[in-house]
Amino acid sequence: MNFIALRMLMSDRAKYFGLIFAFAFSTFLLQNQVSIFCGIMKRTGSQILDVTDAEIWVMDKYTEYFEQTKALKDTDLSRVRGVAGVDYAVRLFKGNPTARTLAGKFASTFTLGVDDSTLIGAPRKMLLGKWESLREANSIIMDQAGYMLLFPGEPLELGKVLELNDHKVTLVGISNASAPFVSFPVIHARYSEAIQFQGRERNQLSFVLARAQPGVSPKELARRIEEQTGLKARTTAEFAWDCVVYYLKNTGIPVNFGITIAVALIVGLAVSGQTFYMFTVENLRQFGALKAIGVTNQRLVIMVLLQALVAGAIGYAIGTGMAAAFFQATLNGMATRGIILMWEAVAGVAVLMAGVVACVSLLSVRKVMVLEPASVFR
Amino acid sequence: MKAPSSPDAVRCAAIRKHFGENDARVEVLRGVDFGARLGEMTFLVGPSGCGKTTLISVIAGLLDPTEGQLEVLGHAHAELKPADRVVFRRRNLGFVFQQYNLLPSLTAAENAAVPLIADGMKRSLAVKKATDLLGRLGLGNKANAMPKTLSGGQQQRVALARALVHEPRLIICDEPTAALDHKTGESVMELLATAAVAPERAVIVVTHDNRVFHYAHTIAHMNDGIVTHVENTPSRNSIAH
Repeated sequence: MNFIALRMLMSDRAKYFGLIFAFAFSTFLLQNQVSIFCGIMKRTGSQILDVTDAEIWVMDKYTEYFEQTKALKDTDLSRVRGVAGVDYAVRLFKGNPTARTLAGKFASTFTLGVDDSTLIGAPRKMLLGKWESLREANSIIMDQAGYMLLFPGEPLELGKVLELNDHKVTLVGISNASAPFVSFPVIHARYSEAIQFQGRERNQLSFVLARAQPGVSPKELARRIEEQTGLKARTTAEFAWDCVVYYLKNTGIPVNFGITIAVALIVGLAVSGQTFYMFTVENLRQFGALKAIGVTNQRLVIMVLLQALVAGAIGYAIGTGMAAAFFQATLNGMATRGIILMWEAVAGVAVLMAGVVACVSLLSVRKVMVLEPASVFR
Repeated sequence: MKAPSSPDAVRCAAIRKHFGENDARVEVLRGVDFGARLGEMTFLVGPSGCGKTTLISVIAGLLDPTEGQLEVLGHAHAELKPADRVVFRRRNLGFVFQQYNLLPSLTAAENAAVPLIADGMKRSLAVKKATDLLGRLGLGNKANAMPKTLSGGQQQRVALARALVHEPRLIICDEPTAALDHKTGESVMELLATAAVAPERAVIVVTHDNRVFHYAHTIAHMNDGIVTHVENTPSRNSIAH
């Protein structure tokens, strides 16, 4: 009987394609918006995740996310180093000085000052130059997106000179840093120089980056640091997640995306539900004839579910294909770099669409179940 | 679920059927006594709204009677569980509807094969069997045609093939000629009389069309929810036993 169900479904081309379009459009929108949302949220912690040399971030105890820093005292570094289980601890400065090119182009930047001696926190993914070149005096490394913003249309090239708070610096490397939440150029410099780029304050130490000794878990060490210094200590993953949570709680981004996702779900459900219900109603006479002939209710329900499932599966596959094509097309764009179709979105939307298919089938199943087979004689 | 042999394919005694309750209650069958014999074509005739369709729906097991005794092919309706009734109907009954009720997305042969497929027969085998039957009914060259490309008479012949393909012992036809012109209606009735009527099978035909009454072995006249009288037509002989 399954082939009969599928023939019935596909014979009404207009409704069949309408149904598939509704499922596909809904799938595309859901996967697209969920992935973009997660990608943007992930950016809130991207500079944290880019630091692979350290496992623990130590900061003022009221710090909630990466952008919000209150300078620590220089002595805090020594206190962290004194905690049992710390393999090493180094300084990290974070500031937003304005960079200006000789041509006059300028932009606020995301400047990170890494430990002078170890260069822990320096970018490890380099497109041009070496991160070790930061040891040279007045040198900086800038990310590719920042370079393209400050030197539009110019090929990637080292040796460019910029001004950072009246300090002349030379570009010694171009990194492939993860995109930050705001589209500022990401600059890495040595700590001692980076603090000069920012207006002078009494304290300049933004973070202490620490690593646990072998045998001590980062989580345990973070707990010890908090206990002994009164500062806040988070593992890299925890701190990145803190940033996501902060933006989720304190910005309208989740609401905006949530509305789009809800609309996609509701429109998908309404359009596909209505189309499928109309399809079933228009085929009631056929279902009635089958019922009269002796096809059981159970079999008819399977036929209806199969019809909804096939339309849903085809629509889902097309929608996923559309979403994959979209992210493939935007993968290399500077503004959209790093935002990909997440497998979690693909899997999650599959579950959602299965729910939509179930809801869509529900009314039709009921209609077929209560259908009086004697109606075929009328 | 093979039915025991009996000259009476259908026996209805004091069948009542009403719809709705209280003020909305409508009594459609008001104590019907009716019978149809194996090997015969029994016509059920009467004015619109007299209860013919309700009666065949009850006989087919599509509606439950409110009161009365019903026996179809030796099985008491009341003793069959609902699930068994569906299987019983699938294996023992064939239907010809006024509006054919063919599935527009299936070919003529596939339409005719539906009862076999519904009963679990492999699709290719069922379609082959249906194609052979269509050939015997004069539609051999239309087996792969879609219903919309067939004339009304051809569609009704496909419907007849669907009613016969699983060799049921009772065929119920609801106004089989109502949607056809006289000539086509005659040919369909002729086919019904020759192909459907068999010693181990009963055919019940509901019709308004008095131009085809001469095909009947027995005519039961209904009016206002009861069978008023039954006449045996002298022109045809029963082929039962």
